[in-house]
Amino acid sequence: MDIDFHDITLSVNGTKYQRRIESRLLLSDFIRHDLALAGTHVGCEHGVCGACTILLDGQPVRSCLMLAVQANHHELSTVEGLADKAGEYHPLQQAMHEHHGLQCGYCTPGILMTITAFLDENSSPSEDEVREALSGNLCRCTGYQNIVDAVLAAADRMRG
Amino acid sequence: MPLSDFQITENTSIFFDLRGGPSHTFKGGVLLNGIVPHFIPLDASAMKPAPFKYVAATSLAQALALKAEYGDDAKFLAGGQSLMPAMNFRLAQPAILIDINGIEDLAGIHPSGATTRVGPLTRYRALQRDEAFAGMFPLIDEALPHIAHPQIRNRGTIGGNLSHADPASELPAIAVALRARFRVQTAKQERWVEASDFFVGALTTDLKPDEMLVEIELPRVKPRTGACFMEIARRRGDFAIAGVAVMTTLGERGECTGVRLAFCGVGETPIDASSAADALIGHQPAQTTIIDVAKAAQAMIDPGGSVHATADYQRHIAGVLTERALRTAQRRARDGH
Repeated sequence: MDIDFHDITLSVNGTKYQRRIESRLLLSDFIRHDLALAGTHVGCEHGVCGACTILLDGQPVRSCLMLAVQANHHELSTVEGLADKAGEYHPLQQAMHEHHGLQCGYCTPGILMTITAFLDENSSPSEDEVREALSGNLCRCTGYQNIVDAVLAAADRMRG
Repeated sequence: MPLSDFQITENTSIFFDLRGGPSHTFKGGVLLNGIVPHFIPLDASAMKPAPFKYVAATSLAQALALKAEYGDDAKFLAGGQSLMPAMNFRLAQPAILIDINGIEDLAGIHPSGATTRVGPLTRYRALQRDEAFAGMFPLIDEALPHIAHPQIRNRGTIGGNLSHADPASELPAIAVALRARFRVQTAKQERWVEASDFFVGALTTDLKPDEMLVEIELPRVKPRTGACFMEIARRRGDFAIAGVAVMTTLGERGECTGVRLAFCGVGETPIDASSAADALIGHQPAQTTIIDVAKAAQAMIDPGGSVHATADYQRHIAGVLTERALRTAQRRARDGH
């Protein structure tokens, strides 16, 4: 079979990219290998672990369960876009740091993307709601307690 | 590909021959503290899915024409939350992938009198966020949080779920409980299929190679009906060991006038066990009858067992959930919510 190439244009963290890619290239691999944005991590590559979670038009999705070609004309956000231009952490990143919400850090980008979108929609979540929001992201280091603490602290700080 | 295949130029752009195609460039964010990170370009052998031709369909007619042409060699791509894992494992290797996400007409919830029509491309998230829909179909509303995780529900679609026909999935059992009807269409004609006839085996439906599920029709729920969905899974969002969907309708004197009862996760298809509840019909709900109904329902299933649960345990769970769901649905029917 001839290789099936497609030209795509998309925006990632506000930067426009134009690339020619093969149709079977996963969005997660495209972000990491073609755009060299390796903050998006790849774990199971079948939608279970949540490490590759990014925002597609503002909503958290598994980037390993989408094709890069499907992101044509869409806006993506990845962990590289969370800190501000001066390098200041997002309040959730700061809270994860302060509450020891990570150890090895492999799951962290996916959790940050899931929870920043969650906090945008729910600024005063209960602990149960936080745990439900985290249910699609596996972490094998922390036992989740410190992540939950960090999310609640970040929500508190972001409410001001 | 060994790193020696890279040519690193002065401006830190990296050139390499990508997948046999033309020389490919990427730039941006490469240099961090003077260290060039090891971004390994993917050669063809490192791609997860097998090769396919991708078409972003812009109309239903185009999508159906392609399906008519390629039949089983073509797959529709909706939310992709089951198809993409199968393709990543190369369990599915379609030659043509017809992406229907751009066909906006296929998404949407349309209440109209006695029925509500739901487009197959309607995502779980949209169903969850439509309060009017949740009010009309509390059974679906109660089941949606059990379907995987928020990230999956942002992409997954009702039509993709039903067409995939996973035996452990919640929506096929709910469609059977609700007596849903499906409109399926080819490039030339359409037909209607009852939910109870649609699911013919594990991951197998009544859909022909040239057909697409294009509409889900949900009949209006009768007054004084209580609904309840329950399932047990090892972890949040996992496939159910057993799940049960119940709708109980009461008469004006509080007597039971109808019960719909369907299981997921305990057979190759959703199991309609409504007839197990015949003993309840015409009577005031009684605890002893509910226990008998649960036993009769258990006798109607033949779960396969797995590493997560033996067949006996699945049957036990199905019985316990049936009792609980029947009691809850009756209470809700009586209390009006």
